[in-house]
Amino acid sequence: MIFVEDKEIVIPGDILADEEYNSGRGTFKENNKICSSLVGLVAIRDKKISVIPLQSKYIPKRGDVVIGEVTDIRFSMWNLEINSPYSGFLPASDVFGKEKRELNRTFDVGDVLFLRVVDVDEVKKVKLGLKGRGLGKFRGGILINITPTKVPRLIGKKGSMINMIKDETKCEVIVGQNGVVWVKGDPAMERVAEKVINMIEEQAHTSGLTDRVRDMLATLLGREPVSDDSEELENSEIEESEPEEETTEDEGINRNEG
Amino acid sequence: MVRIVPEIIKESVTNLVKNGERTDGRAFDEYREITLELGIIEKAEGSARVKIGNTQIIIGAKPQIGAPFGDTPNVGVLMTNTELLPMAAPNFESGPPDENSVELSRVTDRCIREGEVVDLEKLCIVEGEKVWMVFLDLHVVDYDGNLMDAAVLGSVAALMNTKLPTTKIVDDEVVLDYDNMVPLPISDKALMSTFAKIGDELLIDPSLEEEDVMGARLSIGITQDGNICAMQKGGADTFTKDEILKAVSIAKIKTAELRTLLP
Amino acid sequence: MIIIITNTNLGTGTETSGRADNRAFDELRKMKIEAGVLERADGSAYLEIGGNKVLAAVYGPRELFVRRLMQPNRAVLRCKYNMAPFSVDDRKRPGPDRRSVEISKIASEALTPAVFLEKFPRSTIDVFIEVIEAEGGTRCAGITAASVALADAGIPMKDMVVACAAGKSDDKVILDLSEVEDKEGQADVPIAIMPRTGEITLLQMDGNLTEEEFGQALDLAINGCKIISEKQKAAIKNRYGDE
Repeated sequence: MIFVEDKEIVIPGDILADEEYNSGRGTFKENNKICSSLVGLVAIRDKKISVIPLQSKYIPKRGDVVIGEVTDIRFSMWNLEINSPYSGFLPASDVFGKEKRELNRTFDVGDVLFLRVVDVDEVKKVKLGLKGRGLGKFRGGILINITPTKVPRLIGKKGSMINMIKDETKCEVIVGQNGVVWVKGDPAMERVAEKVINMIEEQAHTSGLTDRVRDMLATLLGREPVSDDSEELENSEIEESEPEEETTEDEGINRNEG
Repeated sequence: MVRIVPEIIKESVTNLVKNGERTDGRAFDEYREITLELGIIEKAEGSARVKIGNTQIIIGAKPQIGAPFGDTPNVGVLMTNTELLPMAAPNFESGPPDENSVELSRVTDRCIREGEVVDLEKLCIVEGEKVWMVFLDLHVVDYDGNLMDAAVLGSVAALMNTKLPTTKIVDDEVVLDYDNMVPLPISDKALMSTFAKIGDELLIDPSLEEEDVMGARLSIGITQDGNICAMQKGGADTFTKDEILKAVSIAKIKTAELRTLLP
Repeated sequence: MIIIITNTNLGTGTETSGRADNRAFDELRKMKIEAGVLERADGSAYLEIGGNKVLAAVYGPRELFVRRLMQPNRAVLRCKYNMAPFSVDDRKRPGPDRRSVEISKIASEALTPAVFLEKFPRSTIDVFIEVIEAEGGTRCAGITAASVALADAGIPMKDMVVACAAGKSDDKVILDLSEVEDKEGQADVPIAIMPRTGEITLLQMDGNLTEEEFGQALDLAINGCKIISEKQKAAIKNRYGDE
């Protein structure tokens, strides 16, 4: 038996369902009942109940692509802040191979990089890497922070939302799974993209968002808002990125060179 | 804990400024949205809450009877203390006031004292022995840039909101009459405007991002009559004489605008 | 042992209980809770009850720089309770006093049982409680607000801890003592519970009560907590409900 509806807002301690159902992310089992551990939206898939949090920190996972900032340079590595309780490190060998070179000539404190999470060990040391298409240092542009759980919403089904923003503002946009977004284009367009992204973050849990984003873009770009019934952009859910499903990787994230 | 500002942010803010723009679209001499509420704490004899943008300070004024300073036996005392609460920013730590907290307290105090906001001579009860001591406590709960202007605006508002019991001397004892409260004697409303220097430009009311990027800061306190009563340069970069004089003339105009927010 | 509380048991009859603010013996003061009131903090809440005004804020989980406090398999929860100098009648000197240190400890111990600390090893969850104005019962107000701030910050929890005090004043066992009732009263019993299971996470008592009176006070406080719990939930839902 289930006590809540799909997309209902729940809070920690709320009883969601009884033992007929399976406990997914954001829930826990107590005395044959499934309860929410978070403030978030109920997501029911078959017999699995999860809660998608409205607020969260980024916990690094192997395979994720993230945007990080160099905060320190040590003997053979860079330390990076990745918008997480856990900081990451990039070994020098990843960049130089066997050559010795001054690390700070390549990446200095304050540089912003697009990296992959290579490994997270049991003491939460996060190893980052630069080998991969599109990874590297960003030049120019602006940075925007959003809650990591809203990244799928920002990207949209098959990248629909993020592509709409890119097309309208003619900006390059790269979204890190750690909730950091890089935007580069004409400075005025960068600010338009920033406003739209902030609006998506605030309203990620609501429906009808795609239309409002389209209208906002039109208004900010000086055009008449037009409401559109096109189905392919109709998307009224926060999408979960369940560890098993990994729906948000390559398609959604633009791999343009920074 | 020191914040390390990404190069990208430094560049984008600086480039915008070169083009005469700011990240939030404000003009160089424009303040963010300001709200001011008075009398929000009943237990404080005077209080105010001020918000400039998202920077938020709660100020309480509590008078006590105490001894005057030796060199000014017939003058009341003003004491200002600031708590940069750890909740206000991720890099604020618990503990006794650090150099930023102390500087903020002293500059606010200086602006109010030299601007003669409170008529301290009217606070004498028994010359050489008992005067009113007004404790101004600034509680910074949210830090989003430009604490100085918020601190001074909120403090002046809290002082204007302050009431004291009337005093009588009966048999060498000071008797406080809480049934007959009088407002703290206010004789001026000196306020402060702060500028950030980014590149070669002066920007008023720096946001958090602008403070992260700026080379130096200049805070200027101006009285009702348009005189300068306090100044403080902060940061490791430099100002030219012309920049300082230009800031003064802008400050005179902007503090007058801020003053219209006071009751 | 089941204790049933009725007016007649406590000898108050059916007329007003004679409390200074005309409340019934089991009536809470007027309360307001708001979630998400600060910009920089990860989570925050503002709470008013009677003349109390409390701000709570949470940062975390975040990196813990004091290595000796770090736990290998879970986060640590650090709580700091502080009173503003202007929050009380006679100005309080800034800085922690012994009372604040004790309350910080028990608040942390009241909140910890509800938090899934194992999800964030080697990190810290920092809770800050700031009393802006005090009127009896600040530690309970603080813990209640802190729970809302923790939920607002997205910290995973079993339940939202809620706190409330009962006590004895004027020879009557009453709920939610005001400042006057606390100062002149005969006993004060602050508690905190996880409302779904009723487990008690905070318990203090000072004063003089018979065993029966203590049982009555405990029941009053637990019921008070359950009422306040509904307000906590409403505060969170209001934050996201309005679009």
